[in-house]
This record gives sequence, structure tokens and C-alpha cells, in this order.
Amino acid sequence: MSERIAAELPAAELPRRQVRVQRVTLAHGGGGKAMKDLIHDVFVQAFDNPLLNGLEDQARFDLASLSARGDRLAFTTDSYVVHPLFFPGGDIGKLAVYGTVNDLAVGGAVPLYLSCAAILEEGIEVELLRRVARSMAQAAKLAGVQIVTGDTKVVQRGACDKLFLTTTGVGVIPKGRELGAHLARPGDVVLVNGLLGDHGAAILGARGDMQLDSPIESDCAPLHGLIEALLAAAPGTRCLRDATRGGVATVLNEMAEASRVSIEILEEETPLRREVKGFCEILGLDPLYLANEGKIVAVLPAAEAKAGLAALRSHEFGRDAAIIGTVGSGEAGRVTMRTVFGGVRIVDMLVGEQLPRIC
Amino acid sequence: MKYVDEFRDREKAAVLMTEIDALAARIPRPSGLPLQIMEVCGGHTHSIFRYGLEGMLPKSIELVHGPGCPVCVLPMGRVDDCVAIAERPEVIFTTFGDAMRVPGSRRSLLQAKAEGADVRMVYSPMDALGIARNNPGREVVFFGLGFETTMPSTALTILQARAEGLNNFSVFCNHITIVPTIKAILDSADLHLDGFLGPGHVSMVIGTRPYEFIASFYKKPMVVAGFEPLDILQSLWMVLRQIEEGRAEIENQYARIVPRDGNAQALEAVGKVYELREFFEWRGLGSIDHSGVKIREAYAQHDAEKRFALPNVTIADPKSCQCGEVLKGVIKPWQCKVFGTACTPETPLGALMVSSEGACAAYYQYGGVRRRLEVL
Repeated sequence: MSERIAAELPAAELPRRQVRVQRVTLAHGGGGKAMKDLIHDVFVQAFDNPLLNGLEDQARFDLASLSARGDRLAFTTDSYVVHPLFFPGGDIGKLAVYGTVNDLAVGGAVPLYLSCAAILEEGIEVELLRRVARSMAQAAKLAGVQIVTGDTKVVQRGACDKLFLTTTGVGVIPKGRELGAHLARPGDVVLVNGLLGDHGAAILGARGDMQLDSPIESDCAPLHGLIEALLAAAPGTRCLRDATRGGVATVLNEMAEASRVSIEILEEETPLRREVKGFCEILGLDPLYLANEGKIVAVLPAAEAKAGLAALRSHEFGRDAAIIGTVGSGEAGRVTMRTVFGGVRIVDMLVGEQLPRIC
Repeated sequence: MKYVDEFRDREKAAVLMTEIDALAARIPRPSGLPLQIMEVCGGHTHSIFRYGLEGMLPKSIELVHGPGCPVCVLPMGRVDDCVAIAERPEVIFTTFGDAMRVPGSRRSLLQAKAEGADVRMVYSPMDALGIARNNPGREVVFFGLGFETTMPSTALTILQARAEGLNNFSVFCNHITIVPTIKAILDSADLHLDGFLGPGHVSMVIGTRPYEFIASFYKKPMVVAGFEPLDILQSLWMVLRQIEEGRAEIENQYARIVPRDGNAQALEAVGKVYELREFFEWRGLGSIDHSGVKIREAYAQHDAEKRFALPNVTIADPKSCQCGEVLKGVIKPWQCKVFGTACTPETPLGALMVSSEGACAAYYQYGGVRRRLEVL
């Protein structure tokens, strides 16, 4: 069951392998013909590229061409278990590609290669898998990365929720780029590249528990292009993080802690979509803690703030970018927000999950 | 956002703050102690912290965060009962999200869920009824929780279950009433409150008349308040004005929502389904007469207390907890012995640390730690 997609690939001349049943059964994880057919039909056809098509248990890279692009490798992994699999603005496949691409990009890396491991629940529709794989392939193409190796497992009904994906990413960091959460300094400014909380609100809305018809779409997007533009305009950028789980509040706390600085943000400057604001008002949620899948928090020296903001705003994924706060020399690790009302509150790490209030 | 931004206007707030400062300076305080004003409702506590209102007020005014967080005042024994019901294999236990983390003596609902109990978070009792409709072979229990705010929706759900003949739906009723509790607080010996912000959403159901004894008998001013920051500041200003003028009245700042006589339909449903309990146990406050309701005999079919055998054991609050003194405003959360040390939002000992509306959790999250460090 642990064989690699690459190993399963038939010679190009062999007849096309297809799955003829509608749903995945445990047989598709058995290592035999059924599994080979599934892997080929679903993944290999969609991901099609020379490194994957190398027919080996592992993808192989030429070191010289990698080192021509930079002096350090960036390496990251992430698992995706989103429910529902398809949601307004995206799906688990797109998320699995962009999420890992972004994890590389916020380190200043140029994302290059991804792996894809899929855990399938017995009974999942094959057509749904094909849709996810096509979506991954399209996302990879847009992000300029290749999915070069992978793995498939099938587990019994109930042992996972339809489909879990893990993508691992490799990228190269160009020489001279130093980004780190510990590098923020008092006087720096804090930027975000757009409206916050869309992904979290879209997923909560799509689950249907709230019975709210919300038109909010996930902001799921690849950010390496935007980050390249930012770093070109503001080469002194101190640190970048993508504000996924735990939202902007969590990222700010991580940065304040790692850099031993305080951060104050202004509620008034925090860009929020009207619908997300309303969604949070109704459900008693705090948008600062909602997940994003296409938003970064960037800390820049004040002198480069203007150039950085302009660079973000001129990129398609940064139209609504804003300077939301400043780094200070107050209590180390403390994040505060000046509220629209003129008061100040502490923005702490979330303890568990954000549970809606009852009244 | 319409109907929201108007109530968060900074310029109007500045005008009110100037008025509040001037009023507070004019009111004599012979004891030298700050004026203590209690916000009864947890929703107010949440807004006060969310907007940083406490830091805006003059030092001569102290806000006391009252007992109005229904999750916080739930005693451990009742949580144990919940967990016992939830752990039954035939049961789907449905609850509002807040209640998931409340510690019982053995475990919380969240822990019970992790250990295999079928506990589901819902946003309305009608969602729970939907689950009952779709799972005729299972017993669906809804954790009825809250003051008069949520009481009518549970009552209407029970009436609907009766109408549809959904006999696999029942409610574990922990609804509580605010008025006897305010009275209990007013009767406690260590109290020196100067006025109240009255609960907004409770009053939307019960109206403002039930509070009149607070003014007439206890001679304390109360202003029923809305939940936006300007609502709260305006209500504080109204309370201060009463104090300055030597008045004690029940005033209604939240008239856009709260009618004097409450909501007749909601009250009718409440009266039909529930009756008062002789007493109900509150965390931190002990037993208070007539402070809870139970489901009437006529709806016993939908009463989880009647349908399931419950441990029904009273568990004393942890000795180190000072939730009761915090609730009555005798001490501030950060003056409690275990605040921020043994008792944190990750490992709550006292219930006030559990819900985001709990005074301790709010202090902890929105700045209490700093406050405590300043004092130490």
C-alpha cells in the first residue's frame, strides 16, 4: 500500500488505466491492480510532469540547478482535513497546494516541488477524487510548482472523514534573504495584504450549521508572487507569516513573543469585509482569530512601509492591503488593539477553539 | 455596518466620557472607596472588555462583573449529570458551544466527547430537534441553559416536539432566573454596590417591572442596558445621574429592544412549559430559592431529568476558588488566590474562567494578568 505514485506509472505506451467503479473500496488500497488503476486514473493523469513520470519510488532533483537559484533549501509539510471538501472559493485540493506553497513563500523561498499523500475513506466517490486532483493540478500550475511524488492509502469507513491530504513542499531561498519572526524591532510597522477572516467565515458558513446564507468566499490563494513583489519593494522586510489557523491574532502573538517586543494594532485600520463583520457580530466570533488562506502578516521597517504597501496593493492578491499597526517596546510578547471606540484591549492567543457565545 | 457602527461612535463616546468624568467627580464618596456598579449580564462583561471600556473610566468608578453568565454559575454536580447523560450509548447530547469546556468533577463534555460520547454543538434548540427528527432510533437530549433570554426558545422547542410527537427529544433543564439571584446578592452582608446595569436580553423577555423592588425596597438605581459600547457608557451615565440626584429608579436605556412588559408570547411559552424549582444550586453563590425552573409534569416526556437516572450529587466548589466573592464584587478576579496560576482558561478551576463571558476569563484574556502583576 505504501508504493509511490511514481512507481505505479505505466510506460507511456500502455493503455490508459481507468477506474470503472463509482466508489473507492478497500481493494483500491490493496496494492494490486485496483490501486494502480486508481492512482493512475486520479492522480498521475492530473499531475502529469517529467519528475513524476520518472517511474521511481522517489522524485530526483538536479542539485546544481537548485543551487543556482539560491543558497538554502526550504522544506515544509502540512496536512489538510477541511470539512466540507468543497466550499465557496476553493476545495481541499487547492488548499493543499496553496497552503504549502505559502508556507514556503513566507520564508522567502521560491516554491518548486510538492508531494501529495492522500488518505481515502472507503466509499468516497472516484469522481470526487478526480475533481480534487484536477483542482490540485490547476493550482500547482498557477503557483508554478510540480507535484512530483505521492502516496495513497484507503482506510475503513469511519476511520477518516472522506479525504485527508498531506502535501510536503520544497523550495529554494535566494542568497541574502533573512526573514524571521524574531526580527521585528520597535518602530517597525505591521501590514496585512487584504481583508481578514474570509476563509474561516466561508468554511463555517459552508458547514451549514448556522443556517446563514453567507456569500463569503475563501481567500485561498498562492502568495509567492505577492511576496516576491513585496521583497523587491521592501528588501528590509523583517518577517512574514501566513495567518492561517488562529488568524492574525495568533501570528501577531507569535511575532511579538519571538522578537520580545509589543505590538499594537488599530481596529479601525483592520480590513474586514462587511459580510465577515456581520457574520462575526451574529455569531459572537472575533474576526482576528478567523483563519485565512491567502493572507500574510508582514513586519517592515517604517522607512519601507510606503513602498511595501504600494507593492502589495499593486498585486492582485493585495488590493486591500493595509498598515494595521506598529511594533513597540512595551511589555515583550504583548499584543494590544486600540478599539474603534478608543479603548485598548489585549489580543491574546486563543485557548482552544473559538466557541460561539450563547447569549 | 448599519445599526452597529452608530453605537460605536468614538466622538459620541468622548462626549459621554466627559460627562461621566464630571459626574463621578461631583458624587461624594465619604468612604473613599470607588463607586461600585455591577453589570449583571455576562454579555455586558464581554463588551466592556472587548472595547476596553474599563480603562476609559475614571478610577472613582469600579465595574463589578456580576453573575449573569449562565455557563459560569453552573455547579459541578449538574455538569456531572450532563456528562452521565451524554455517556449513555443511546444518547446524542446537544449543547451550545460555551458549555462544552465547563469542568465537571470527573470531566467536561469536551473530554467526554473525546472519549466517545456523542456530543454535538448546536446553535439553537431547534437544531437539536432536527437531529431528533433525523435519528428516530436515538435519544436526543438538549442541554437547556441560560437565563430568561434562552428560556423561551427551549420552551418553544419542547412545544414543537410535543406537536410533532418527537418522543425521543428531551431537555436537560438548567434554566435559571435572574431576579432571585439579584435579590440574593442584595441580601448578602459583604455587599456595597452602588447601582446596577440591568440585563438587556433577559429584559427583552421579562420587561422591566420585575426589577422594581431593587429601587423601591433596596433603594439601588438600575438601568437596563444595551450591549454596544455606547449603550453601556450611556447606561453608566444614567446610573451616575441617579446617584447624584439621590434617586433610585429602574430606567430603560435599551428601549429599542426592551418593552416595559416584556414579550407576551415568550412569557406564555415559558409559563406553559416550566415551573419554578424550590431552589437551585449556583456555583459560587450556593443554593438560591426559586432561582431555577424545571419542566412541568405535563411535559415529563421531554424532561431528561425524568427520563434518565442521574447521579444528582452536589459537589462542593474547589476550596481555593473564590468565584462567589468575585461574583458579588467583594474581590476583583485578579485578587483571587488561584487566578492565573492554578486557574487559567486552559485549566479552569472555577467556572468564571470557562466562558468568554466569565469575569475571570475576560480579565485573563483582555488584560487582567497585567493588572494582577501591577498589584503584586
